[in-house]
Amino acid sequence: MTVVKTSLNRRSFLKSSVAAGGGLMLGFSWLASCSSGPKETELVMPEEWFTINSYLKIGDNGVVTIYAPNPEFGQNVRTSMPMLVAEELDVDWKNVLVEQAPYHPTDYGMQFTGGSRGIMSRWEPLRMAGASARHMLKQAAAELWQVPMDEIETKAGMLTHKATAQEISYGAIASQAAEMPVPEEVELKDINDFQLIGHSKKNVDGKDIVTGQPMFGVDYKAEGMMIAMIAHPPGFGMTLDSFDGTDAMAMPGIRDIFAISTYQEGQDKGGFDTNAFPEVVAIVGSSTWEVMQAKKKLKVNWKPFATYKEMISGWRGKEEKTIPAGLESSEKHKVKMATLSAKPGRVARRDGDPERAFRDATKVIERSYSAPFLAHNCMEPMNSFAHVQGDKVKIATPLQIPSFLVPTLAASLGIPVENVEMDMTRMGGGFGRRAYGHYVIEAALISKQVNAPVKLMYTREDDMTNGIYRPAYHATYRAAFDQDNQLTAIHVKAGGIPESPLYANRFPAGAIDNYLAEDWSINSNITIGAFRAPRSNFIAGAEQSFLDEVAEELGKDPIAFRLELLKRAKDNPVGEKNDYDADRYAGVLELVRDKSEWNNKSEGLHRGVAAYFCHNSYAAHVLDLEIKDGQPVVQKVTCAIDCGVVVNPDAATNMAEGGIVDGIGNAFYGELTFEDGVPQKNNFHEYRMIRMSEAPKEIDVHFVQNGIDPTGLGEPPFPPIFGAVANAMYRATGKRQYNQPFLGNKEVLG
Amino acid sequence: MATIELSINGQQKEIDVDPNTPLLWVLRDHLDLVGTKYGCGIAQCGACTVHVDGVAMRSCSMPVQGLAGKKITTIEGLSDNGDHPVQQAWIAHDVPQCGYCQAGQIMSAAALLKKNANPSDQDIDTAMNGNICRCGTYTRIKAAIKTAAKNS
Repeated sequence: MTVVKTSLNRRSFLKSSVAAGGGLMLGFSWLASCSSGPKETELVMPEEWFTINSYLKIGDNGVVTIYAPNPEFGQNVRTSMPMLVAEELDVDWKNVLVEQAPYHPTDYGMQFTGGSRGIMSRWEPLRMAGASARHMLKQAAAELWQVPMDEIETKAGMLTHKATAQEISYGAIASQAAEMPVPEEVELKDINDFQLIGHSKKNVDGKDIVTGQPMFGVDYKAEGMMIAMIAHPPGFGMTLDSFDGTDAMAMPGIRDIFAISTYQEGQDKGGFDTNAFPEVVAIVGSSTWEVMQAKKKLKVNWKPFATYKEMISGWRGKEEKTIPAGLESSEKHKVKMATLSAKPGRVARRDGDPERAFRDATKVIERSYSAPFLAHNCMEPMNSFAHVQGDKVKIATPLQIPSFLVPTLAASLGIPVENVEMDMTRMGGGFGRRAYGHYVIEAALISKQVNAPVKLMYTREDDMTNGIYRPAYHATYRAAFDQDNQLTAIHVKAGGIPESPLYANRFPAGAIDNYLAEDWSINSNITIGAFRAPRSNFIAGAEQSFLDEVAEELGKDPIAFRLELLKRAKDNPVGEKNDYDADRYAGVLELVRDKSEWNNKSEGLHRGVAAYFCHNSYAAHVLDLEIKDGQPVVQKVTCAIDCGVVVNPDAATNMAEGGIVDGIGNAFYGELTFEDGVPQKNNFHEYRMIRMSEAPKEIDVHFVQNGIDPTGLGEPPFPPIFGAVANAMYRATGKRQYNQPFLGNKEVLG
Repeated sequence: MATIELSINGQQKEIDVDPNTPLLWVLRDHLDLVGTKYGCGIAQCGACTVHVDGVAMRSCSMPVQGLAGKKITTIEGLSDNGDHPVQQAWIAHDVPQCGYCQAGQIMSAAALLKKNANPSDQDIDTAMNGNICRCGTYTRIKAAIKTAAKNS
């Protein structure tokens, strides 16, 4: 049993009548219409709701509405977060309705989707909210029955006092419970007493999704709404010179064409205000097709920009950032990366005497790995609804981290932060891309200019060529062996455009006596951003491919070799700042070894293993590959994950499967190249995405059961799959894979 | 602009649009049927899949002028209560993650099962390869199609 201090913001109103909000709280009009329940049949709505705290209200008939505080982009938080509340409330899940909370940090804390931190950060606060409500219900029943509160038991929405044989439903006592003081502290359930957590519940939005109900940003509609699009420079390093909208304005349905500047002169920008194209041309009309057609008639002159500087207030405080001039090309990037990789880098970690170990080595192997820029390619292109009225703005948008955007949005509009009202719509994918909300500011500026509600739509081409990419990376690994063919040192030097992927204190640091980690970076005007497991999504594959090669040099089984290193890291760690828990790391390798029957190798099946630690969790994969007609066919991926307690196992499995498929797709095909600043792909006819026939035939996901508080899950299964693919391809073809994408346009393998 | 008559989900609709307007934008902007999604605009991702006379078609690349007299079904009209065997199987397998592509996936799957009641893995791969799922729910989609085939 854990006792936690409560921290709930008491709503100023304690009840809201059905008449006032149509059974829903005021001000949530559009999203409230998207409320979803796990119900088999429609729940009967109560006559009256009683708000217990900002996370939940109880109807007089016992139906409970739980507010999902964080925005949903497919990670299942609209189901799994309310499960945390319902668990401690002791309510029957089939009586729960889920509604999306509006953006309101004073009521809901940090409302975000990113860094695999959702469940981890909500684990205690949401259970506390449920437990606090249960406490208030018990207190109300205790007063009603005049019995000691601790003699009252709760179960499935009922309060019982056994000694006096009395019982009452949550619905019947909700009005009194709402008047009770919020307890200062509450007890949370022991993990063994969980009724909901750890038991798979269907996605509360499942029915709405399969019937095509409106829920995404692109589905948003308001009275009098106009459609807007933007034209941005065709290449990085370019900006707006002039435009002629005469022909476009003459097209049917077009209302206005004008240039916008996303930021005001000297405006403060945060770390997530990345935007390659702050000067764009907006085109506004009455329907999407008309605006698309008119956009083709728009004549814009773009020009290269000169190097400029801007102040960014990010994690590390205020710092000046230089945006270099130039029209960059991937071929030149490759040369630059190879050049920097050959020079000494910035030393991030040094254990022992790696220089000496390499000098004294009998044998050294050196391998370089690279990966290109990647576009996120969320299926729902970037979009935002905005309606500016005077010094207020209403936003409805698919956005991962509203709190990072709102101050910038307010500054761009010159309005107070508290005048921003935001609905967080469901996101048609995010993967990090929607942490950068410049499109919301664009929509608001356009609405302000045309004095009407506006929905800004990016076309797929706009979306793919607007930046915020996964950086391009490069890493060189070296290993030293002595005369007894023992591994004596490892050296990694990793860099990228514009950031290094290096995590100096992760495995195999801590397991190697002589270890050197260096990094370097190359500045660029091609904008980058978080992409599912930033940096890890490259360095894991490089590291795990290299370790596979080292194991082979040593004549050791790849899993046994990793476990040997982890044993060293646990028993007698090298250095003090090792980020990972060697026991939990070894745990996933052992689990995947057993579940995949690693030692039972069938003919024709080529297996690759890889493991990685990131976002506080551990993941390991065994990937089984066959070559058929010169094409790799992934027969099966066996996966083991340690992310502590799993709240909604089937949904968690789904997300792990997704991470695996995503990783295989990007390892095989993912690539965005540039010529003179221009992205060389702009839609799915050129940008190859993994499809049904290329996905694994089977994915078998296992979670370590250890009762540890939840850690990340959306990202951890993604990085190591790149290594598993590379290692399986080696077993299948005899050829090591060093440069992503492994297939690209290559037709035949083997 | 021209007045065009369309049969959508069993209802006759009259709309006044540029006859070159793709069906997708007529559905989304003019008829408030937003279950059909925009993903690429060039028939490469399948998010906009609808049925035209029972066949899966990409509505983003299909001008409405050619559709008079044809029976169009969108995700909203696939079943009366969201209980088409494919929709039920999607829920049974809890297929969706973000959910954006799923209407298109379901329409492709329903069209497949209509002409092939018992598709092989190869048949499913072929029929579904035009539908991208960026979240990577392919293995669940395949399992759900097999379940739907059993229950149809």
